[in-house]
Amino acid sequence: MTLSQDELNELRTMLTCGFEQLDTAFAGCMEDAVARLSRDGVKTMLEGASLICMIGRGYEPVHVFLEEMPEIAERLGEAVIEKVSQAVWKMSRTPNGKAILPFLQTLGEAARRLGSETLFCQYIKIVFDMMESTTRSTHGFHQTIPSPGLPEMLGQMPFLLSQLSLEGLRNWIEYGAKHYLTHPERQIDYFTLQSADSKAILQRERHGTLFADNERKMGLYMRAMWQEKAAQFVPYSLGFDELRKPLPYFDELGLRVPDVFDDYEDPGIGIRVKGTDRYRAVLAHMAAHRRWTQAIFADNFSPFQRIAAEMFEDCRVDTLAMRVYPGLRHILQSLHPMPIEDGCDPTVESCVRHRLAMFSYAIMDSEYSYKNKDIIEFVKRFNEVMEAGESSTQEIAALALQFVARTRRQEDQSANVYFADTTVDYRDDNRHMWKFYELGDEEEMFDEQDKSKAEQDEKSKGLPPRHYAEWDYLGKTYRPDWVSLYESLHPQGDGAKIDAILTKHAALAKRLKQILDMLKPQQYVRVRYQEEGSELDLDVAIRSLIDFKAGTTPDTRINMSHRTDGRDIAVTLLIDLSQSVNDVPDGSSQTVLELSQEAVTLLGWAIDHLGDEFAVAGFSSNTRHEVRYQHIKGFSEDWNDTVKGRLAAMEAGYSTRMGAALRHAALTLAARKAGKKLLLILTDGEPSDIDVDDQQHLIRDTHKAVQELDQLGIYTHCISLDAKADEYVSDIFGSRYTVIDNVERLPEKLPQLFLTLTK
Amino acid sequence: MSDVSQYLVSEEPFYQAVGNEVELYEAAYSERLPVMVKGPTGCGKSRFIEYMAWKLKKPLITVACNEDMTASDLVGRYLLDANGTRWLDGPLTVAARIGAICYLDEVVEARQDTTVVIHPLTDHRRTLPLDKKGELVKAHQDFQLVISYNPGYQSLMKDLKQSTKQRFSGLNFDYASGQVEAGIIARETGCAADVATKLVKVGETARNLKGHGLDEGISTRLLVYAARLIKRGINPNQACRMALVAPITDDADITATLKHSIDAVFA
Ligand SMILES: Nc1ncnc2c1ncn2[C@@H]1O[C@H](COP(=O)(O)OP(=O)(O)O)[C@@H](O)[C@H]1O
Ligand SMILES: [Mg+2]
Repeated sequence: MTLSQDELNELRTMLTCGFEQLDTAFAGCMEDAVARLSRDGVKTMLEGASLICMIGRGYEPVHVFLEEMPEIAERLGEAVIEKVSQAVWKMSRTPNGKAILPFLQTLGEAARRLGSETLFCQYIKIVFDMMESTTRSTHGFHQTIPSPGLPEMLGQMPFLLSQLSLEGLRNWIEYGAKHYLTHPERQIDYFTLQSADSKAILQRERHGTLFADNERKMGLYMRAMWQEKAAQFVPYSLGFDELRKPLPYFDELGLRVPDVFDDYEDPGIGIRVKGTDRYRAVLAHMAAHRRWTQAIFADNFSPFQRIAAEMFEDCRVDTLAMRVYPGLRHILQSLHPMPIEDGCDPTVESCVRHRLAMFSYAIMDSEYSYKNKDIIEFVKRFNEVMEAGESSTQEIAALALQFVARTRRQEDQSANVYFADTTVDYRDDNRHMWKFYELGDEEEMFDEQDKSKAEQDEKSKGLPPRHYAEWDYLGKTYRPDWVSLYESLHPQGDGAKIDAILTKHAALAKRLKQILDMLKPQQYVRVRYQEEGSELDLDVAIRSLIDFKAGTTPDTRINMSHRTDGRDIAVTLLIDLSQSVNDVPDGSSQTVLELSQEAVTLLGWAIDHLGDEFAVAGFSSNTRHEVRYQHIKGFSEDWNDTVKGRLAAMEAGYSTRMGAALRHAALTLAARKAGKKLLLILTDGEPSDIDVDDQQHLIRDTHKAVQELDQLGIYTHCISLDAKADEYVSDIFGSRYTVIDNVERLPEKLPQLFLTLTK
Repeated sequence: MSDVSQYLVSEEPFYQAVGNEVELYEAAYSERLPVMVKGPTGCGKSRFIEYMAWKLKKPLITVACNEDMTASDLVGRYLLDANGTRWLDGPLTVAARIGAICYLDEVVEARQDTTVVIHPLTDHRRTLPLDKKGELVKAHQDFQLVISYNPGYQSLMKDLKQSTKQRFSGLNFDYASGQVEAGIIARETGCAADVATKLVKVGETARNLKGHGLDEGISTRLLVYAARLIKRGINPNQACRMALVAPITDDADITATLKHSIDAVFA
């Protein structure tokens, strides 16, 4: 627990709500909230919960809200907290009180699936539109009959979200709401996906390639082809802003991409680009900007000049991208509109966009057929500039200005702008290309939370501290007795939880068991084909004798011997229990800690099965004066309920001082007699601690510790859950590490990894 | 005594130096230091040793190590013949006697109790005791021991003992950088320069995924295979899928990404 009773009491005063169930649940919810949210965020959440407490729907809505919101708000931003509590309040003012709990229960899944604040708010709006249109009145002026379909629809929501884009979802809902407005039963049939037309409309709306289903593939794409190691994606929907379609763009928060892409088809010229390739086109274009575009000052440009500079720059980065990956040309050119040369009449409308789009098309397609002299000339000049090298944003913008000057017409100012075939939809909005002399300070100031607290009495429960040296890479010396490490028994919880985890993963356990049975030591193994051995191997001896009599060279290895089987391994598993493992990784519904717990359960079960010697400990740190090393399972302990109880109670807090923990773990591991000694360390980030500013320091120290272990005959292997681990993990562990990108699969991966390491 | 000439490398093998490894190796050889060549599979370690043997005009005896190999397989054993028994030298003993470079390829594959027989040859003693025969072979002055070792192999079981490692000097190898690797492929297979450049580009995209679903990237050896298939008239996309994708992954997302990479590179 990181919150003191005083802090809890203070937080409790912010929540006006008298349900007695809160007495037990409050502390846990607050731990989670404080870990994920800012101080203001927690406050907003408690105000929201107070509001929900007043709607007269009992304790459960309050509980779900408190439980789900921290994760949702952490993922999508804290602005959603109030949106949700207001929505609940609004719903409670209608006859649809029964739908409140189901509504709250859909939000976690909606947040995960939709992945951005905008989409999430649009989702809430869709639900409310449906509710409003299907809530009926008896006497015409006051709504009194609740929507029959609403709770049913909310029950189907996780499935619907996995099948449809948000736009598709809206269309499916609108159809049902409109057609079965006055038939409560048939409305229910529709929204429970029972009726035929409900399924048919679902089928119709289920089109295109959902980004959510291709996220990993796109992550791999960015990594493999563009060396973008930690690309974050934020999907948006094209179905809602009717006036201006949103465009892709990127900023510090990530790459904005549409949530769904249909395959692009132009049967006229027989072109087809798959949805996945459309995503790749969008990403390639943005990656190209990130690699080659350097922001320039916008202040001296007129709006037209900016549009032109952007179009020229887009062409430049596309050209460079196609230079690296020529196969991209086919995709980009297919997706690029082909403006008709005399489509725009310059005497009556503004043709600025039309001219630029023609230029851009002519860059893509060297066999273009435009006759316009200016286009031809500028395409030629553009290509010359590009042949000389990469050019630059600045240089190409200068060329764009000349183009604008040359082709300027009076009618360009006309409000009547020609738009047809001028939008290249794989291109982003180029907001990154401009900088301004006058910068508004819009950056939000995040209030640093000081989470470290005064010492708690807990420390006293353990053993006296042990002191370890730490490596100072700048001074190239050890700082003797630098770190104080306290080893203590991990408190115990309910071991049944661990058994429940095994039940949950029964299928996986069964698969593992098959592998285990093959690896399992047979107590007494016969070793055949020995030149010297304890017994004569009759089969081989007779064969050799025959060979000998026949005059060919006999095999002399006619003896055999016995030995007890070779699995002679001792393993220590060190678990990072720092604060960050309370996070929920993207694309997951569980915290790293929960996933680690499941993984360790399966691993423990597997190792127990094999009979290898096995110890488990957790570690965290709060400055060099306090590294905590929590004993979970010792070598001599069985995999029993006490051990499971400790595992079940695992909690996280503070920082990650890895070196000392490794050295301490080595102490007991090195003393084992086993022939092979393996130390597995499971972590979600790099070593760090609040009293160390130089990031390199703990990295180098940990590296040093790994070398020390090596000398002791201990093989160290790191399992990192940090997608950005590439930057430092090999500096510490050399090649002995595994990065698990898809943290959800940790429970499956960890035991498998162990088995391959020791096979 | 064995016929030395059969172990000589008669024709110059093609080896493209990447750094000053040739010079470093020559120095190590002059001092008869045991050498460990480290690096991912298919990056040119074996080729390098072959080249050095040719350059130094020394015989080369290569042993591909495997798990079932016993010490006798290296040292030698008694055989029975019509007149009784006859001793047959193993490759290590032959190398020590004739003054060859003995190259133990993928030495981690051998069990550790097998690898220890090389110890006395790697320190100042430079001897090899043949216990069964009751002979102590003193290594010829030209004898040198070389082992190759792939540190990317992530297995506790496939790691060298500290006491073994500490007997070797080490040369690190890795896949050559873009231009150089393309040069190697073109020269090795006679394929067009731009085909080689493109293959290297595909290789690089795969190497970016190392540790993220791929245990190892695509090796130079596999790129050479792809180039050979292309030279045979196979369409580059298919050649790449066959030589570069199928052997290294079963993961659907990775396969899709690599296929896209091939399409993007070979327009
Ligand atoms: N520097 C190099 N010079 C020449 N050929 C190379 C070089 N590096 C790799 N190769 C090519 O790669 C192939 C595999 O190399 P090899 O030496 O067998 O790899 P390793 O022993 O490292 O597994 C060789 O057959 C050769 O075609
Ligand atoms: Mg752009």
